[in-house]
Amino acid sequence: MTFALIDGNNFYVSCEQVFNPALEGKPVVVLSNNDGCVVARSAEVKALGVKMGAPWFQMKDLARKHGILAYSSNYALYADMSNRMMRVLETYSPQQEIYSIDECFLGFDGFPAGELAAIGERIRRQVKQWVGLPVCVGIGATKTLAKLANHCAKKGRAGADGVCDFGRMRPAELDALFARIAVNEVWGVGRRLTEKLAARGIASVRDLRDADAVSLGEMFSVVLQRTVMELRGVSCLELEELAPAKKQIISSRAFGTYVYTLSELEEAVSTYIARAAEKLRRQHSVAGALQVYIRTNPFKPEHPQYQRGLSFALPAPSGDTRTLTRAALWGLKRLFKPGYAYQKAGVMLMDLRDAGVLQGQLFDAAPPDRPALMQVIDRANAQWGRGTLKLASEGMAKPWQMRRERVSPGYTTRWEDLLRVN
Amino acid sequence: MEKAPRSARGGSRPGAGRPRGESSKVIRLPVSLVPAVQSLLAAPAGARVPDPHATSLKRPLFGHKVKAGFPSPADDFVEAWLDLNEHLVEHRDATFFLQASGDSMIGAGIQEGNLLVVDRSLEARHGDIVIAVIDGELTVKRLEKRRGRIRLIAENPAYAPIELQDGQELTIWGVVTSVIQRIKR
Repeated sequence: MTFALIDGNNFYVSCEQVFNPALEGKPVVVLSNNDGCVVARSAEVKALGVKMGAPWFQMKDLARKHGILAYSSNYALYADMSNRMMRVLETYSPQQEIYSIDECFLGFDGFPAGELAAIGERIRRQVKQWVGLPVCVGIGATKTLAKLANHCAKKGRAGADGVCDFGRMRPAELDALFARIAVNEVWGVGRRLTEKLAARGIASVRDLRDADAVSLGEMFSVVLQRTVMELRGVSCLELEELAPAKKQIISSRAFGTYVYTLSELEEAVSTYIARAAEKLRRQHSVAGALQVYIRTNPFKPEHPQYQRGLSFALPAPSGDTRTLTRAALWGLKRLFKPGYAYQKAGVMLMDLRDAGVLQGQLFDAAPPDRPALMQVIDRANAQWGRGTLKLASEGMAKPWQMRRERVSPGYTTRWEDLLRVN
Repeated sequence: MEKAPRSARGGSRPGAGRPRGESSKVIRLPVSLVPAVQSLLAAPAGARVPDPHATSLKRPLFGHKVKAGFPSPADDFVEAWLDLNEHLVEHRDATFFLQASGDSMIGAGIQEGNLLVVDRSLEARHGDIVIAVIDGELTVKRLEKRRGRIRLIAENPAYAPIELQDGQELTIWGVVTSVIQRIKR
């Protein structure tokens, strides 16, 4: 088997640079919701030692000193650029697994082994020219190896610039390379596991590859056992071309400002339910249970703290925004306590099942779902923009909504935001 | 239960009272969307509502008025549907829309506010109108490649050609393939 993993370099920052070439060569970060944390860094920012997830408010001095430019996340732009990139990549293989917004696996079986690196080069050139985004390509006999090869390509660890094909390297070369890479670079090996492995003398990729898979499997998990096998070139993970339907759907946000009243929380929870319910219907599911939670700001211990969630089953599974909203607001009323500065609310839809196998109810406690009405709402919102049709409980002004003070224009998604050139 | 006898006065008015059957919900929406939403709601259950994700705009090759009762003799001759996207966008994933500003390309028919269809997948050749990047700035100009020298030419005598200075770098961002001018405001 042969797999390629293609991954965008500093994807969000690169998207901003396509439409603002003046950003090239400059220290640029993209911030998470509410302009909270750094979620993407240009190479120049990485060189300054700024870590992923660093809180922006702690970086203000550094930013001033080095002229770091910060952007709010422009999700509409990144999603459009991601779709373009994925469609270009799709033309290279009949098998594609889109793994995240900026990376995908391609099945490379049946291609002549000697040409894979050249195909990788072509992919890099085409994505750069067509979409404007720099990508790296890693090629290996398993998904885990392809991912590791991608890491090597990105860091220039295997020589070649931007493309790394483990299949072209001799065993001795791979040995030496794997001995130099820390084990935490392996797909699925997180910080905790890294510490535990270190205690057993497993520090490098090579250590892990050559460890006893079965006993590691017994000590830790089958997943780790599979990882060891994959590092040895035995493919255990297949391409998942269809994303599996989500088991639960979460919609939660920190507020742009503190919220004190039940009515504002109700608006927020209604809005989150509307978004979650739309996702629910997109995967043709209905939810059988629901969780609502609210909390104050845990990073302000001097403020009175309150944090509570409530999970409960619905009388009948539903995919109807009205039913789900009614249930969530019922739960919220039970959670709410006045006198606190709330900073975040969220909802989670659980016990998801196929919308097709809806059971009838013996006692109709709630009005039945109206899929046709929901379809109208979803289509109207898709065509004329989110929130075009909504329940009045979402509120109109939404003063609690998240801050995005530094967001770039919708270059590819809004007519009025098109890039101007003279 | 027996119905009360009808009174001579008063009586029911159409549309009065609470709607029966299923409970309803008041929804707020912008006034401009009311007709569109009403037409969507009027669609019978299970009816096909126009797909908002559809990107192509279909126009029949030639139209005809429908005369009641008689099938149009032209029906058998409709061969194709014209799709403006298909006509203007050859490489969808590499095509971006930009907006022209200023008058430097007026001689090429590009006016302030025009929509530029830009294809990044094309190799820029001598004579193409391109989006170029110089010193981090985007500009739309005609590309001149002569004897290994590259210049960007404005289509307006008021603007001098842009010659690359030492140390300056020029990147081609994309090739302009169409200019769209809306004439009805």
